[in-house]
Amino acid sequence: MFVDAICGQNRYSLSNYLSLQLEIIDMKMITAVIKPFKLDDVRESLADIGVQGITVTEVKGFGRQKGHTELYRGAEYVVDFLPKVKLEVAISDDLVDSTVEAITKSAATGKIGDGKIFISSLDEVIRIRTGETGADAI
Amino acid sequence: MTDVFQLQYALDTFYFLMCGALVMWMAAGFAMLEAGLVRTKNTTVILTKNIALFGIACTMYMVCGYAIMYGGGDFSWFLSGITGDGATGAEEPATYAPAADFYFQVVFVATAMSIVSGAVAERVKLWSFLIFAVFLTGFIYPMEGSWTWNGMPVFGMYTLGDLGFSDFAGSGIVHMAGASAALAGVILLGARKGKYGADGSSKAIPGGNLPLATLGTFILWLGWFGFNGGSVLATASVESANAVAVVFMNTNAAASGGMIVALIVAKRLFGKADLTMALNGALAGLVAITAEPSTPTPLQATLFGGLGGALVVFSIVYLDKLKIDDPVGAISVHGTVGLLGLLLVPLTNDASTFSGQLIGAATIFVWVFASSYVVWLVIKMAMGIRVSEEEEMAGLDLPETGMEAYPEFVSAKS
Repeated sequence: MFVDAICGQNRYSLSNYLSLQLEIIDMKMITAVIKPFKLDDVRESLADIGVQGITVTEVKGFGRQKGHTELYRGAEYVVDFLPKVKLEVAISDDLVDSTVEAITKSAATGKIGDGKIFISSLDEVIRIRTGETGADAI
Repeated sequence: MTDVFQLQYALDTFYFLMCGALVMWMAAGFAMLEAGLVRTKNTTVILTKNIALFGIACTMYMVCGYAIMYGGGDFSWFLSGITGDGATGAEEPATYAPAADFYFQVVFVATAMSIVSGAVAERVKLWSFLIFAVFLTGFIYPMEGSWTWNGMPVFGMYTLGDLGFSDFAGSGIVHMAGASAALAGVILLGARKGKYGADGSSKAIPGGNLPLATLGTFILWLGWFGFNGGSVLATASVESANAVAVVFMNTNAAASGGMIVALIVAKRLFGKADLTMALNGALAGLVAITAEPSTPTPLQATLFGGLGGALVVFSIVYLDKLKIDDPVGAISVHGTVGLLGLLLVPLTNDASTFSGQLIGAATIFVWVFASSYVVWLVIKMAMGIRVSEEEEMAGLDLPETGMEAYPEFVSAKS
């Protein structure tokens, strides 16, 4: 039992280590925070370059765009968090540049608060209905 | 003064006041309906507009409106002309107190003004709207009210009552008038940004709170019993009590008919049940019967309401095609169907004629639309009537009121 436990643990971390070394990272998760009224434009331009799936959340946030104070029944409060829309798109590596360009062009107004794009690596994608993985699942 | 007359006076006054209170409650209905049909970022402003216009309407009508409408040439400021007692000292003793008459009339003015609020929503400047309210309630509405319910000649030219015009509770005088003022405002304002595409297609801008919109409609339905019921002006006799009962019954029947037909028509046109059309349909039924709720049979009332329900759906779609952007359908519910309500009167009321109704409708529309257009235009030139594009995109609530209707992540000043 003792041996099994040790071997089991070792086997787990060994295979994990190996899979990290062997895995070809070929997908990215693009997260963009944009102004809410730009969502339709961004969605259209993503569809134009062939990006098919998108997840959208209503969020509030700020970057360097400063908030301002308002009064509620005579008491001051701070409006820091501004309404934004966060979208997440899983794409394959070869589409990263065109996706970033599409989002940037369609979400920009030139005024402060246009938002940011974050690119993170994506370990795995699975389509729930069929079980497909990887690029087939995007 | 006999005991019976005392009792009659007391009962009629009480009834009149309670009906006025029900009509006041319609203000809550309008506020909830509009709040539910605009986006969350514009909700605080529309609620502010609704409560503010109510106060302004009541005050302006007290200042000069009532005297313009019912003074009959004897104008006096601040209601100083009305006596405290309707039974003594008057040529013909009334069966209700004069203040009750003012109270009942003033809530009608507020109703007419609140119709404008929905149509101009989501892009009108709050204070420009309130300034317009001062003129509509203090002058424009009282003028057309004086030609209709007070029987004064229209600028000395003709008298609508003599021509066979009849509008029991105000399909034309209140509802179509409000819609005419709204139409003038909407034309000068323009549509909301992004509502109409370059190819002429119309983009859906869904309301943010359908439960509120539904609640608002039910409140209006209840309040309408006071609106039409009180317009009988009495209840303390067999004849008037019978009339009141018929009016309540027909008002309810028309709302039901309007709702059913609108729901079915919307299902046929759009493929699914449309709650907002059902709500508009019930209101359209109510507007359609308002010009004459005492003479139709209950079946006729239901059918008249149903006609209103059908007409309102088509009117909403058609006005949208004409690029007249009306976020709550107010111009259709109150204007298009208000006209229908006037034209249905001769079908069951022999004292009115189609020509009289048409002349009356035209008089009301031309006066209210033209004078409203002028007032909106002057306000537009003086201070603008539309918010900036940034404010419209971000939502009017923070720029105009500094508070959100559905706040999240509020931090105290550090």
